[in-house]
Amino acid sequence: MKKVIMGNHALSYGAMLSRAQVIAAYPITPQTQVVELLSEMCANGTLDAKFIKVESEHSAMAACLGASMAGARTFTATSAQGLALMHEMLHWASGGRMPVVMGDINRAMAPGWSIWTDQIDSLSQRDTGWIQFYCSSNQEVLDTVIQAYKVSEKLMIPSMVILDAFALSHTYEVVEIPEQEKVDAYLPPFNPPYRLTPADPHAFGGLTSPDHYMELRYKLQKDMEKVPALVEETGREYEKMFGRYLGQVDDYLCDGAELVFVTSGTAGLTARVVVDELRAQGVKAGNLRIKLFRPFPFEQVRSILSRVPKVAVLDRNISYGHHGVFYQEVKSAMYGLPSEPAIFGFIAGLGGRDITRETYKEIADYALKHDRPEEEIVWIGVKK
Amino acid sequence: MIEIRFHGRGGQGTVVASKILADALAKEGNYVQAYPEFGVERRGAPVFAFIRIDNKPIYDKSRIYTPDHVVVVDPTLVEAIDVTDGLKDGGYIIINSPKKPEEFKFPDKFKVFTIDATDIAVRHQLGTLAAPIVNTAIVGAVAKILKLTKLESLIEAIKEGVPQKPEENVQAAIEAYEKA
Repeated sequence: MKKVIMGNHALSYGAMLSRAQVIAAYPITPQTQVVELLSEMCANGTLDAKFIKVESEHSAMAACLGASMAGARTFTATSAQGLALMHEMLHWASGGRMPVVMGDINRAMAPGWSIWTDQIDSLSQRDTGWIQFYCSSNQEVLDTVIQAYKVSEKLMIPSMVILDAFALSHTYEVVEIPEQEKVDAYLPPFNPPYRLTPADPHAFGGLTSPDHYMELRYKLQKDMEKVPALVEETGREYEKMFGRYLGQVDDYLCDGAELVFVTSGTAGLTARVVVDELRAQGVKAGNLRIKLFRPFPFEQVRSILSRVPKVAVLDRNISYGHHGVFYQEVKSAMYGLPSEPAIFGFIAGLGGRDITRETYKEIADYALKHDRPEEEIVWIGVKK
Repeated sequence: MIEIRFHGRGGQGTVVASKILADALAKEGNYVQAYPEFGVERRGAPVFAFIRIDNKPIYDKSRIYTPDHVVVVDPTLVEAIDVTDGLKDGGYIIINSPKKPEEFKFPDKFKVFTIDATDIAVRHQLGTLAAPIVNTAIVGAVAKILKLTKLESLIEAIKEGVPQKPEENVQAAIEAYEKA
């Protein structure tokens, strides 16, 4: 069934079709309509789940963890300051190997107070051991929630499904809503190897001596390394059942390109339009949209970018005192390869400033005119 | 691709108008993207809603700066702001007003159309005389003038999309569609 829905509700439908059993959320700003619709679904019986209204995002994640330990499929959603408040619990989720799936609406961090989009909130959580998917359409949001449960529960690692504030969260698009029976066939019920039950008492997350702690972290990293292949496999399986492939990256005309944009989120779709326009003018451009950011899709990024002379990375974020985060990651992925391209780092669109086709044209102009980047960071559209 | 900008005031259902139009367009197999002004809305303050329409997937996720047409849900906005900002030459300005199009002073490069949606809404008991809900009447006129959707698709979208008085809303849209 096709429906015109906003990005927030694409998350809700994804959680509903995945048959989330426990949803915990703090219902006030920076919360969005994601959990509003889910609470209605719980109230009217569309979704057989326990909705727990808590007093903070920290508690929302804690409630999800408790439920997950007991063997329930859990969901929550947040944004910006709310995600920051969850930070401690994010480590508990990954360290405790709880496959919670969470929606994050990418909003800029305050102060100055903002409800508009950039990626600093989720990228600040880069090292918490969560899988991160950056989506660029409402269809991709809905599909990715379902895939995320499959990946997370197989490897017992939590996932964040991330979308831009307003540009997706409040934007209506046509979305194919899959049939419940087909989703059930794709995503079996959650059946964890261990669960918290009075019948068979165990302690979760107890004191771990130096004799054992490092091995837990080693195992988490080893399982993280399995994510790209599993995303590939589950993405192909999804394509077979629903006709839409869900990959690690979206490669648009990168093969044989002289300049490739590396992008993410909604800006990563606008880039496709610019690639077409540049090609019409005789510039062989391409676009590599990174969807899976953690773990970083090294293999695909290396294989695509090592054949390209120039790479322009667009960051809607900054790691203060360093560079844009995607720029750092791409450089580190390409380091030491025999055919390392010239990699340029651009920052644009912070705090919801629009990223337009003109933004990309400025980026392309700079990258085409220079052999190497002359500045550590090239800012686009900033009033200096 | 067609890009349309709606001008209204907070509380008039301007965003709902763009959503209903998007629903109707999607029913006919179009790709649509509809969004409100990115930010916070206040009752009575000028608000915007936007819609992009195409027969293929829409990849441009930036905002609309040069609409093909504009729709003015609240006629007092014509005095308050420049509703033609960025409007492409030859574009329609569709205004909810009892006045004749030539009574508005717009450059000749734009086409002006007026529809008294307030009168239609009031007669169909949508909202109150002081705060009529004009969005379904407006959408009826827009769908017809811009040749966007068939009346049947619009009726279906309204029945599914309005929170109250579906039949009255449908009748308002039909009347506006037929007058336009």
